Amino acid sequence: MTFLIVNLLLWVLVAALALTAAVRSKALFREGATEGARDFVMLLPRIMIGVVGSGYVAAIMPEDLITTWIGPKSGLLGITIATLAGAITPGGAVVGFSVGAAALKGGGGAPQVIAYSTAWSLYALTRLINWEVAMMPPRVVWLRAAVSIPLPFLAGVGAMLIGHP
Amino acid sequence: MAERRRVSSFEWSTAVIGGVSFSAGLVVYLRDGAARFTAILTNDLGLFASMLPKMAAGCLVSAFVTRLLPREVVARLVGTESGLLGLLIATLMGAALPGGPLTIYPVAGAFLVLGADAGTAIAFITAWNLLGYNRALIWEMPFFGSDFVFWRILVALPLPFLAGALARGVLRLLAARRGADRGTEAGSDTST
Repeated sequence: MTFLIVNLLLWVLVAALALTAAVRSKALFREGATEGARDFVMLLPRIMIGVVGSGYVAAIMPEDLITTWIGPKSGLLGITIATLAGAITPGGAVVGFSVGAAALKGGGGAPQVIAYSTAWSLYALTRLINWEVAMMPPRVVWLRAAVSIPLPFLAGVGAMLIGHP
Repeated sequence: MAERRRVSSFEWSTAVIGGVSFSAGLVVYLRDGAARFTAILTNDLGLFASMLPKMAAGCLVSAFVTRLLPREVVARLVGTESGLLGLLIATLMGAALPGGPLTIYPVAGAFLVLGADAGTAIAFITAWNLLGYNRALIWEMPFFGSDFVFWRILVALPLPFLAGALARGVLRLLAARRGADRGTEAGSDTST
């Protein structure tokens, strides 16, 4: 039920935005619709490979190893390990999400995987070096990196305290 | 994978994940048999398929928001705000503005030029990283499912604000120390 409502709300939002664009100009509407559709088609194979691949990778990984290191009972140590792993994971989005999903399917705890994906989002070293350092004042980049250090822990511990997902 | 539209969109990340996935799939097939291989495939494809409507909506919302909410407007909106309200608006805008690093960092840079402090820019970038609906809908949901993503975002809600406030605290501390080193001097403005 919630599933349907969320989808419905999203598509109502799409319709509202499309209508706003169309009212401004037909070209704006056409551009938006074409780009949205093209992005979707371009991303599909990439994400599908990652989603299916993470299932197979999870199946061949030694489950007891994952459970010991970052399993639901690994606590703060697991959150720390996951945070470090997330910060050093190289590559684009498909790598970060595939590794996270493989860890979750392979026996990793939800708070630990949340810490992993938070650390990966905040640091993703390749993004930090390729884009951020090139486009932002270095002082701000290092300050951001420094104040981000506690965030993956807070996210993981927050999830642990709430007891979800 | 050959892509005719944009040759440059070939990604090493995808190629590596593709290679690893194929090998892992092969190991599962040879070791555990066809039944297990198919079970994993249908299970994952099921999740993926159920997220397709959300992904499509996410792509369209991003494409339209990019056109309806120009970067200049966002930069002006955030760049001229200060205080806690500035952090809050930066967080909201970071979550709302779609696009990759090529969009986000120039906007954050523009805040600084317009007079916002580093804390505001950091709250914005952190919100884009952790709360962006764009990434959540298109990428995260097919991998993790909606329930996981919902809780992940819920625990991340205060973090951009916190990062911005922490950055301000660090800057204030540094400025105070610099002021103390120099002796008491008035009018120490650290902005560039």
